[in-house]
Amino acid sequence: MTDDARFTVLDTIRRQLAADPDVETLIDDSPEEAYARIPRTYQRTAKLNHEETLELFYDRLRDYDSELVFTNEAGIANAVADAMREANETLLLVPAGVPQEWLPQHDVEVRRDFDLPLQPLEEPRVVLTPCTVAIAMSGTIILEHGDGQGRRAATLLPDHHICVLWRDQVVETIAEALQRITHRTSPITTIAGPSATSDIEMTRIRGVHGPRRLTAIIL
Amino acid sequence: MTVRVGHTAEKPAFPILAHELLQDDQTRRNVRHATNVIRNKRALRVEEMPDWQDLRTTAHAIKTHTLLHLPHYLEEFERNCIRAGGQVHWARDADEANTIAIQLIQQAAARQSGVKGHAQPSDRPSSPYPSVPAHAEVIKVKTMTSDEIGMNHALEQRGITPWETDLADMIVQMGKDEPSHIVVPALHKNRHQVRELFLQNMGLTELGTEAEDLTGAARHYLRKKFLEVGIGISGANFAIAETGSVCVVESEGNGRMCVTMPKTLITLIGIEKVIPKFDDLEVFLQLLPRSATGERMNPYNSIWTGVTHGDGPQEFHVILLDNGRTRMMANVRERETLNCIRCGACLNQCPVYRETGGHAYGSIYSGPIGAILSPQLNGMKYSRSLPYASSLCGACYEVCPVKINIPETLIHLRGKIVEQDQNTLAGKLSQESMGMKMAAHLFEHPKQYEAAQRLARTGQGLFEKDGKLVNLPGMAAGWTQYRDLRALPKQSFREWWKRSRTNRGDGSNWSGND
Amino acid sequence: MRIHLFIACYNDTLFPRTGMAVVNLLERLGHEVVFPTSQTCCGQMHYNTGYHAEALPIVQKLLHEFLDAETIVVPSASCVAMMRDHYELMAHNANDLHMMGDVKSFLPRVFEFSELITDKLGLTDVGAYFPHRVTYHPSCHSLRLLNVGDRPMRLLQGVEGLEYTPMEGSDQCCGFGGTFAVKNAEVSSAMLADKIGCVKKSNAEFVAALDNSCLMQIDGGLHREMGSRDRIRPVHLAEILNSTRDNPLTAEALAWEGATA
Repeated sequence: MTDDARFTVLDTIRRQLAADPDVETLIDDSPEEAYARIPRTYQRTAKLNHEETLELFYDRLRDYDSELVFTNEAGIANAVADAMREANETLLLVPAGVPQEWLPQHDVEVRRDFDLPLQPLEEPRVVLTPCTVAIAMSGTIILEHGDGQGRRAATLLPDHHICVLWRDQVVETIAEALQRITHRTSPITTIAGPSATSDIEMTRIRGVHGPRRLTAIIL
Repeated sequence: MTVRVGHTAEKPAFPILAHELLQDDQTRRNVRHATNVIRNKRALRVEEMPDWQDLRTTAHAIKTHTLLHLPHYLEEFERNCIRAGGQVHWARDADEANTIAIQLIQQAAARQSGVKGHAQPSDRPSSPYPSVPAHAEVIKVKTMTSDEIGMNHALEQRGITPWETDLADMIVQMGKDEPSHIVVPALHKNRHQVRELFLQNMGLTELGTEAEDLTGAARHYLRKKFLEVGIGISGANFAIAETGSVCVVESEGNGRMCVTMPKTLITLIGIEKVIPKFDDLEVFLQLLPRSATGERMNPYNSIWTGVTHGDGPQEFHVILLDNGRTRMMANVRERETLNCIRCGACLNQCPVYRETGGHAYGSIYSGPIGAILSPQLNGMKYSRSLPYASSLCGACYEVCPVKINIPETLIHLRGKIVEQDQNTLAGKLSQESMGMKMAAHLFEHPKQYEAAQRLARTGQGLFEKDGKLVNLPGMAAGWTQYRDLRALPKQSFREWWKRSRTNRGDGSNWSGND
Repeated sequence: MRIHLFIACYNDTLFPRTGMAVVNLLERLGHEVVFPTSQTCCGQMHYNTGYHAEALPIVQKLLHEFLDAETIVVPSASCVAMMRDHYELMAHNANDLHMMGDVKSFLPRVFEFSELITDKLGLTDVGAYFPHRVTYHPSCHSLRLLNVGDRPMRLLQGVEGLEYTPMEGSDQCCGFGGTFAVKNAEVSSAMLADKIGCVKKSNAEFVAALDNSCLMQIDGGLHREMGSRDRIRPVHLAEILNSTRDNPLTAEALAWEGATA
């Protein structure tokens, strides 16, 4: 049945396009050639230098009430421990591929996501991951999901996301950011601030579903 | 094939619905407030983008290109989605899409509950489908496309319970209501009305009145559903041909939940949503959030391709939907309507929408885009009053991120409607038709035109009072019901010209061609 | 300069004062005005309402009448928008190459009134005198289709004694929209109510515009509300520019009752 539908839909489109006398002048032989001719005069590269880009990014994160922690690689575990302590939490979820060196050695129970079933996956209220790239213009963090950055549910169910970011992962524009995404068929999530709704009287309320807190550990 | 667009087949014409809504002060206040807020936010976000017009131009070009090569891109999307473990189905109309969805849901529900030991017999003895549990449930993330095809009703008729998880759609569902805006569907409800609905439907005994209280209640209520219901239904903002990926743009997080947590995911996508390449997102993800909610970026975008082992649904189905879209492929104006990325900016800018709100349009697609999309999907059979629900002011076109020339399309559709009407006796003999034909005749025959001007001036004596005309008959009564109409001046311009000029023999051009 | 006038059917019948003002002003500035008297309509009402077949001969007639005109002035932004946006399309859809040729030759010669003064005549000061508070309503056609920009503002600023006061929500449609005003009369009047609110708040004595259609809508609402009482008067820009020390334009001249023009 759906094969008939498939044929009908595609065939109808072709016949309709053929019926438009103006289309002949518009259609080229090759979609690739036509695609390449699409005008692209919008900004696709950075206008700011990297310092400015970083400042812009930090500003955006602060707008979202995110916490920013500046440290080096050796300081990650402490920064994580501090964030947990401040949040009054002791159970931490981490994807399978997160380095051991990032994890606090005391006071924190670490749960590795080696294909956890739902209940143990759902329990931790804090999760720690790296990310792929961040966009300064909009304060967006982009995750490519897998062993390194965790499956999607891992950064969706907990209430507090701690994200480790290197300075050189921050770019100004979304065009630059998309170029850094290499696993384009992996699941990808972009995160720009906590979830929000304006559905009730246009009052913007933060934190409907998904983590309500973000701590960015910036190296 | 029977196209269905929401309840458009049953709704009265725009002027009738508008009449009711213009008396509804609460709704008008809500609409005005909501549209003001988003409009102002959008303006700020657009102002900070020096390349905004460049983005619009490219977006329009990408959509135009894609539609001209739509079969190519649909096939590419299908190939790549299947290669990644997805399953692709095609639906010609609403019923076909619902039938496919129901089958998939029934199969998934049976699998998830195990095939043995349930009491419910199949409703058709020879049904090839396994028996299903008494109450199959699905969680849904906002998709207007599913409202378009009446999916919830179709599911409920087969014993399947759809749970809307977008806050506003949940409010609309609880209120047994209709959405009134593309992006903020429950803007016609204030928080006290919402609180009432939540108290009734969530089994709560008490609940605060602030928006935070209501949002908190929704978070708690829905979490259980997200973790327990095994089948999810979504729409998509973009279907990427190059990779076979699907992109959902959202703010609340329920989208992430619905496309990640269930074992089975069914995604309904209008065929016009396909875009050629992954990189094209750099254009649309800048235009859409700013246009829709006045944000630089919306909180969450989810992009996934087929099935990923160990992450999210292990069974993924796409239903590609026609339902009238292929009708719109034979003309440039009509194809351009399909550029729409459902941002709602045109609604927020429209001076007509601002007065009446969305329900006046009798379609889930309301406002300026609804005025052109709804009748066209319907093959010009329903929603015929909508192309006239506009003063052609052009504010919509100015803000449309994909540069749909809505005013031109409205005029194009008015042409189609008049042509249809002229093919019926009632249409040909209508007051409007006769009046227009008479006016056209006069415009083509200057001497008769001038005679008519003189006649009108003489005849107006019956209706004139203190320099104004009252109680005019026919279509003109529409004017004088709400406004005064000044009496015709004692001489027309051309009479003045002739009187003051012809003596001077200035060689004015009297072609006398009638 | 020899300037042909296309008056627009509704100006001809309902607002002859505007045409007279255009003629007087241009002649005062030393130009010759020609009025082809067989002219009637630009076709907009029919075309925009969907009567495309009926509009075609009306348009062809107009093109024929203005074949030899070097410069054409139209004191109606909506008519000029009709010409620029639809005449080529109509010729294309009619498959009429001859008409297309006429249209292509016609369009560069057409000027909306404010465009004529600022662009073609290169003037912002035409020697006008109008010592009153004036606000301005940018009609949708002039604002969005013709993109007249700040031309009307510059012309108002060039008027001696004129005090300009801005209007809130100026870019919102007044609700006229041609046949929309009667086909959706109720919504049209709701939009008008908003516009009148803004007009009154401006505290001006006069509201100027490039289109008498908008002014008719606004005046219709104001008169319904306030009758002949002292109130803001809608007036076409051309009539303000035609007001001089010797021959000033007065509010009385714009009154409905006892109108002499």
